[in-house]
Amino acid sequence: MPPENQSSNQSPLTELAASHLVIVAGKGGVGKTTVTAVLARAAADAGRRVLVIELDGKHALVELLPGLDVRHISAASSLEEYLLEHGFKRIAKRLASTGVIDVVGTAAPGIDDLVVLGKIKQLERSGEWDLIVVDGPAAGHAITFLTSAAGLLDAVGGGPVHDQARDVVAMLSDPRRCRVVLVTLPETTPVNELIETADTIVDRVGVELGPVVVDLVYTSAPLPDPAGVSFGRAKMQVDDARAAAEFRRARRAVQDQELARLAGALPLRQVHVRALPTAGLTADDIALLAAELAGSRDA
Amino acid sequence: MRLDQTVHDADVIVCCGPGGVGKTTTAAVIGLHAARRGRRVVVVTIDPARRLADALGLTSGLTGEPQQVERGRTGDGELWAMMLDTPAMFERVVRANATDQEQADRIVQNRFYRNISSALSGTQEYMASEALHELHGDDRFDLVVVDTPPSRNALDFLEAPGVLTRFLDHKVFKLMMLPTRTGLKVFSIATQPVLKAIGRVVGSDVLIDAVAFFQAFAGMDVGFRDRAEAVTQLLRADSTRFLIVAAPQREVIDECAWFADQLTEQGFEVSATVVNRLHPRFGDGTVTDAEQRATAADERGDHDLAAIWSNLATERRLAEVQRAALAPLVARTVDALVEVPLLPDDVHDVEALDVLATHLFA
Repeated sequence: MPPENQSSNQSPLTELAASHLVIVAGKGGVGKTTVTAVLARAAADAGRRVLVIELDGKHALVELLPGLDVRHISAASSLEEYLLEHGFKRIAKRLASTGVIDVVGTAAPGIDDLVVLGKIKQLERSGEWDLIVVDGPAAGHAITFLTSAAGLLDAVGGGPVHDQARDVVAMLSDPRRCRVVLVTLPETTPVNELIETADTIVDRVGVELGPVVVDLVYTSAPLPDPAGVSFGRAKMQVDDARAAAEFRRARRAVQDQELARLAGALPLRQVHVRALPTAGLTADDIALLAAELAGSRDA
Repeated sequence: MRLDQTVHDADVIVCCGPGGVGKTTTAAVIGLHAARRGRRVVVVTIDPARRLADALGLTSGLTGEPQQVERGRTGDGELWAMMLDTPAMFERVVRANATDQEQADRIVQNRFYRNISSALSGTQEYMASEALHELHGDDRFDLVVVDTPPSRNALDFLEAPGVLTRFLDHKVFKLMMLPTRTGLKVFSIATQPVLKAIGRVVGSDVLIDAVAFFQAFAGMDVGFRDRAEAVTQLLRADSTRFLIVAAPQREVIDECAWFADQLTEQGFEVSATVVNRLHPRFGDGTVTDAEQRATAADERGDHDLAAIWSNLATERRLAEVQRAALAPLVARTVDALVEVPLLPDDVHDVEALDVLATHLFA
């Protein structure tokens, strides 16, 4: 169901992968990792050189993306690398113990995020990859993560941090280089949160938003009303079948209503990722969803 | 039964689990139920939780101060709700520990302090534990239900009371505390080699703010340490109960199982595990049975009926795979594994909270 204001000639995959760097963001539990994996798989299967980046504390993507280049970037290692590269060998050594990020990160908030973005920028500039997909930070951290560079640019007058912040801001504000893809679920609270996040990102970060990806969408044909269906002579389990149909119709109504509300609130294209009847996706599931993404004309 | 007993016995209930599993809603349902059982409950949420405030009838939203929920007033029972205001809570703790107002003002106006109170990792967990301690000592309430921040590591909450003191113990900051001992000035301290190097990275203004903060802070760290100790003891008290809140996705379950192990290892007891949004079961028939009926209907050309049976098969399959995925949690749950089904509608009013309560306390 493509809402009229979001039609596009490009395929969803082309539009999702329109910049060199895609940062996938959204609240915890909405499926950021799934979307990162599906997008990376689809782009790689289409012949693009893809790098996948996981941030602190997550290690799920290696298993979901066999054969793909998956890297893990932490604030601590990025800061140490940054200090070493910028002639602060002594302090890097001295601080190379636990708490390094707390110390420097608290003295200058955002510097931990900036060094991570700086590392990502370095990879983006290297030209080794056609597409870099970042499984973005969880929960409300996405906004602080993305505003770190602009904040430090104002706070720090000159020196290496200023230069780094300037380069990162340049990357974030260039839609050919970087876009943010927001992920949500077709439910009330996640949609509310996505609308708020989208407004904040546009107002405060100045980064271009790619299509919104809605995860766990039921795409099968709408069910007929079980009240109007004759079960013939069947008696056994008829009540179960009716109850299941009513349940699915009710969930479907919530889904349709929320997708329409999202379309009304945000002038962004929607891309839907189908809900599979599983409790956890495997590499095969990701490949299947990636093939569907590549083959679809629109959500 | 068991969860009902927990609500009856506990002074503090801590709801832990990864982000997006419904901790806040679970905390609210527990609060509502406890109030109906005659307890004077305060629920502390971490997120603004706009929709929950609406469901509770708090039209102006949750605030940093406890507000009474009219719908929770039953007999002797009362329900109050508030949202954690991390910077405000931090300032209260500073003021409570400062020797005089002048010292407190000097600290809260310092830019480095403002960074700590909003940007230091673990601060939100730290202030949640402080709020818990403060509310526990408040005579208006006899039960505090707290929803923990959605950190990557749920254990952060247990270590939270020590966040600031561990931070103060860092050797670089010890160096910044020197002025008070030796009478050196802020600027001369800032010229020490290590600090000078940090200053070159982050800027000298930032460094001077930091040194000024540590000077102002001098003498207060003892109070902070004592307080951290008291909060830790409260978390370890018998009357403090931990609930793990989960959802039926494999990665969530793995994280919760790991967390349950960590809690046990550290000597905490998990009172119950709540699994939210579990796919409902539709009868006790099999997936295959429903599939066969769908095929038969299709062969007769009755596609509407086939769709209805086929849907039953899909819903059953989902219910089965989700229950199978719960195995690691079932294995670790000595007492209660409470299943809360996914409802046909999103939860947005007090009636829906009541429906959840009937499942939570079945």
